[in-house]
Parts: sequence; structure tokens; C-alpha cells
Amino acid sequence: MKKYAFFLGCIAPLRYPGIEKSTREVFKALGVELVDLKGTNCCPAPGVIKSFSKATWLAAAARNLALAEKAGLDIVTICNGCYGSLFDAAHELHEDKDMLKDVNKILAEIGLKYSGETKVRHFAEVLYKEVGIEKIKEAVKKPAGYNVAAFYGCHFLKPSKLKQLDDSESPKILDDLIEAVGAKSVLRKHKVKTMCCGAGGGLRSQFGETSLKFTKANLEIMRNGGAEMIVDVCPFCHLQFDAGQKDSGFAFPVLHLSQLYGIAMGMDAKNLGINAHITPVKL
Amino acid sequence: MKKEISEFTEELAANGGSSATLCYQCGTCTLKCPSAKLMTSLRPAHLMRASLLGLKDEALNVDALWQCTTCYTCVEWCPSNVQVVDVITALRNIIVANGDLYENHKKVAQSLIKNGHTVENNDKIKVLRKGLGLPENPETVMDNAAAKADFDKVINLTKFTELVNQ
Repeated sequence: MKKYAFFLGCIAPLRYPGIEKSTREVFKALGVELVDLKGTNCCPAPGVIKSFSKATWLAAAARNLALAEKAGLDIVTICNGCYGSLFDAAHELHEDKDMLKDVNKILAEIGLKYSGETKVRHFAEVLYKEVGIEKIKEAVKKPAGYNVAAFYGCHFLKPSKLKQLDDSESPKILDDLIEAVGAKSVLRKHKVKTMCCGAGGGLRSQFGETSLKFTKANLEIMRNGGAEMIVDVCPFCHLQFDAGQKDSGFAFPVLHLSQLYGIAMGMDAKNLGINAHITPVKL
Repeated sequence: MKKEISEFTEELAANGGSSATLCYQCGTCTLKCPSAKLMTSLRPAHLMRASLLGLKDEALNVDALWQCTTCYTCVEWCPSNVQVVDVITALRNIIVANGDLYENHKKVAQSLIKNGHTVENNDKIKVLRKGLGLPENPETVMDNAAAKADFDKVINLTKFTELVNQ
């Protein structure tokens, strides 16, 4: 059985616990063991925190990476922000031995040591590469026959030179994962692709109106593409679409991929936290 | 003037923004930038130009710098391998160190200091978590005083609290 350290982050457990719950249930059903990585802190958020102090960002990320190393496990995240942050920190600490040495001086003060070897994985990547489309198809009990707008977000695939998961301009991983459970990914071959949701980089917290312009541009692409639902792989994008549709004239149900999988695998929607979304999800 | 320029270039490099010097001003980053397309004040190519020439006042354009969502589209398209997002992050580090912070960003940072998370828990979420069979608080620093004390030590050693509450 494959086994990972489960990194919760902030938005999933503290705003959309349904995402946390769905991931736990879906991974269990697919034979992947998630071990709770206890005592972790915020990844920390690449938008505001890394922009304030790269030194703090790196040291706090290293604490999380060191906790995973101590548990002898690689990390799996359910959020593009956590993935971006921890992946970047792991990469920098792997490549730059002086930086690693400096960080270890800080970690030594709390009795931790980091060797620079923890791997950081995104849950959708684990589903695609480690579980595989065939096994996912076998687990479907109730095909999710919806027209879905696949929303990749930014830090799942980019920077693609480092992540090396898919072509960031015309990706297919998420489209394949969505179609594996019986849905149709309507933007798969669409000429106009979705872009950043607008939440990242500190934009949502300080410049809400500008941030919603990004969201609206995406919602129009989705409507023109014939979508009836948005499926994301990031709780921050999820929040941006779920909360951002208020008074916009749009009302797409927003599901995290783990929630779509839960539905397709026959789990009770209530147990997936879907009833707690701001934009109502009527299935 | 020359001294000022080289000092700024060094400061930028120390914050992880050395790749700005690779920029040959083709403008692809601005062309592809979704924020620029939405007519914000952000023009990544302008910031790269100012950075590589050491034009501190032009590079430290607070409003423009905070219109970036860190989406990495610029980095994907840059033909010269400029790590545009890293340069913008480095410039942000410099303006924040100078005490130029937006109130809402400060609140996010203060939440990190207080909770170890950028958002707080609340009663509604606790009920929701309990209903889903999850512990009311996630088993992170939020639920573990010793872990929170370790986290506090880490961010204090990097002088984060001083930076945020300057």
C-alpha cells in the first residue's frame, strides 16, 4: 500500500473541511494510506508570507519538510498553494547546500534536522501517476455524468520546468482525471484556456475587486464552453470561485476533485461537506 | 549614483532576484501577464528593466508589485530564463523591509504569528468539522502547544514578528 504524510495546510481544514474529509475517504477507497503529519504549520503561503520574508518562508517550510522526513514519508498536499510552497522550498534546499546549512541552524534550535530529501507531491498527481486511471475507473459506482470545467490553477503545473508534470499551456492530467469518473471535461480542446483564479499573491486579501476580475474572466470562458460545474484541485481557487460567484450572475457548483471522486465512488454528498459550500451544489 | 545602483543590485540578488540581469526586454512577460491584460498597473517587463538597470525607485513600485498573483505565466514564456516571480518576490521583500505594508497583508501575517495558519478557526467550522467526524481543530500547530512553541521559535529566529509589527 502506498503511504504518504498528509499535509493539511490552512484553507482546506479551516474553510472547506469537506475537502479534507473527501480526500481521506477517496484515498482510503483507492488503497492509498494517508498518515497525519501532526504539528505542522502553514506551508507558509507563497503569496503574502514569502513576499514578506523569504527567510521566514523558507525556515517555516523547512520545519514541515523536516517533520515529514522524521516520519520517513513523502508529503502529499491537497492545495496548489501548499504544493507550490513546499515543492519550491524542497527544491531550493535540495539544490543549495549553503541555504540548507543555514536552515538547519534554525531547525537545530527546535531539535529538528533536515537532509534535503523530502519529496512533495500533489494529490492529483498521486491519483494520476500512482493510482492510475484504470484503477480509478474500476472504483466508480455512480458515473459523474456532468459537463465539467477543469480548473488547474497555477501552482499545480507551474513552473513546469521544475514540476515536470504536464504541458502548462495545454495540459491534460486533470481533464483525464475528471473523465475517468464519467464526467465530460468541456474545456479539454477549447481554444481559450482558463487562467489564474485571481486569489494568489496577496491579491484576494488586499485587492478584492481586481482579484474578482480574474475570476469573472474564467467564469465567462467556462460558460462559453458549456460547463455546468467547476472542478478544482486547490482550496484557494475553490474559495475564490465558490465565494466569488456571489452577486455575479454565475452560480456554477464548485467541487474539489476529491469531492467529485467521492460522489462518483458512491459516497454520501453530506459526508463530503458539499452542503456547506457558499454557491449551492445541487446534484 | 553608481554605488547606489550596485548596492541595489546586490540587495536584489541577496533576496533571490539575481536573474533580472538576464532580461533583454522582449516584453513577452507583459504580453502574457493576466494582471497586465486586466489593465492593472503591473507591467513585469518594466519591473525587470528597472531591476536590471538598478533603478531602485522605479523597481520598488509598491502598487504594481502587489498586482501580481504569482501565476508563473511570465516564467513559462520567458525566452531568457528570468525568474520573474522570484524577482517580484525579492522586490516585495525589500519594500516590506522598508516598512511599506498593506493593512490586509499585515493581518494575514499576524494570523500566521498568532495561529501558525493564515486563517483562524471559528465556531461554524468547528461544528462542520465535528459533523464530518474530524477533530474540531486540525491536528496541526493549532492543536499542539509544543509544536506551536517550536513554530514561534522558527519565525522569531528569522525576525518575522519584528518585520510585521514594525
